[in-house]
Amino acid sequence: MSTGSLSVSVWRGSKKGRFADYDVPRRDRQTVLDVVTHIQRYIDPSLSYRFSCRVGVCGSCAMTVNGRARWTCRTHVNQVAADGRLRIEPLRSLRVIKDLSVDMTDFFDKWAKAKGAFEPTATRTNDLAAIQPGDFKRRQASAGIECIGCGVCYASCDVVQWNSDYLGPAALNRAWTLINDVRDGGSRERLAAVAGDAGCHACHSQQGCVESCPKHLNPTASIAGLKRAVAWAALKGTL
Amino acid sequence: MSARPDTLGETRLWLAQRFSAAVLAICVVIHLGGIIMTVQAGLTAAEIIDRVGGHAGWFAFYVVFVLAAAIHAPIGLRTVLSEMMAMPKHHASLLALVFGLFQAALGLKAVWGFYRLGGGA
Repeated sequence: MSTGSLSVSVWRGSKKGRFADYDVPRRDRQTVLDVVTHIQRYIDPSLSYRFSCRVGVCGSCAMTVNGRARWTCRTHVNQVAADGRLRIEPLRSLRVIKDLSVDMTDFFDKWAKAKGAFEPTATRTNDLAAIQPGDFKRRQASAGIECIGCGVCYASCDVVQWNSDYLGPAALNRAWTLINDVRDGGSRERLAAVAGDAGCHACHSQQGCVESCPKHLNPTASIAGLKRAVAWAALKGTL
Repeated sequence: MSARPDTLGETRLWLAQRFSAAVLAICVVIHLGGIIMTVQAGLTAAEIIDRVGGHAGWFAFYVVFVLAAAIHAPIGLRTVLSEMMAMPKHHASLLALVFGLFQAALGLKAVWGFYRLGGGA
């Protein structure tokens, strides 16, 4: 059921570009992704954007909506455009490929720099590791493990914008989950990789990442954990 | 893999700033408590100097206070300069070092002067 129209400004271009204005029919239970899809299908097929699952599982449809990074598939128009206006831009701090599509290469390269890959200590001949769900380290890992790498926290982080080398909340959160994984053997290298002013020490604990995370994770707490772990390693001379 | 020297240096600076913050937290509470108590007691400047000025314990306390501030503030200033002014790290480090030394010199001069006013040294 259509209920009036929305006035939508959409970024067109790459680093240089302009906002283009569109009128989009307003519908019940309409998401921001529905709005972008309407523009692309019925008004301007040259509009570029990225999406996949449409249900908040893949994290590929993140954009800046009325100044804030969000998953567009899980953002209802009613939540963000009470006045009937939407301003849709690509995610901050990532190179714009075209229109609303950004290049995520830097984002994922930083996961690798933060040693975000599991380093096994056992082989297939070993027994399975028995880890109790209530174990302290297991609970610390569990607190951050649901990250799906959508980049919303990264785009919401001011430190990323000020310091392009900064690894960012998602990569550091990933490192913290692995440091708490008792099966992992790469923590010493990982702590060295996440220390310093491109790593956990650059975080100002402003919690923009916490505020924006669609999964309600707390990367700031993970980064604080890394700071503690790095500090102990430095004091013990193992960093 | 060990941390790169610059990473280790950054970690040490971070630790120095956190330790100095802990010291400052205690010093500020004692300092403000002292001010409130003297104001409530209606003491004059001369009376304060007479009681505190030449006291070796207070002298040591304020030396620690000044040094903690002179360690803490420049490290933060260095970060602000490099992040907000887009200043190269080594330039920011140099400016912060000069600022820290200046801050320490002024603070220690004031503490020494107060100590001597009260008859110390």
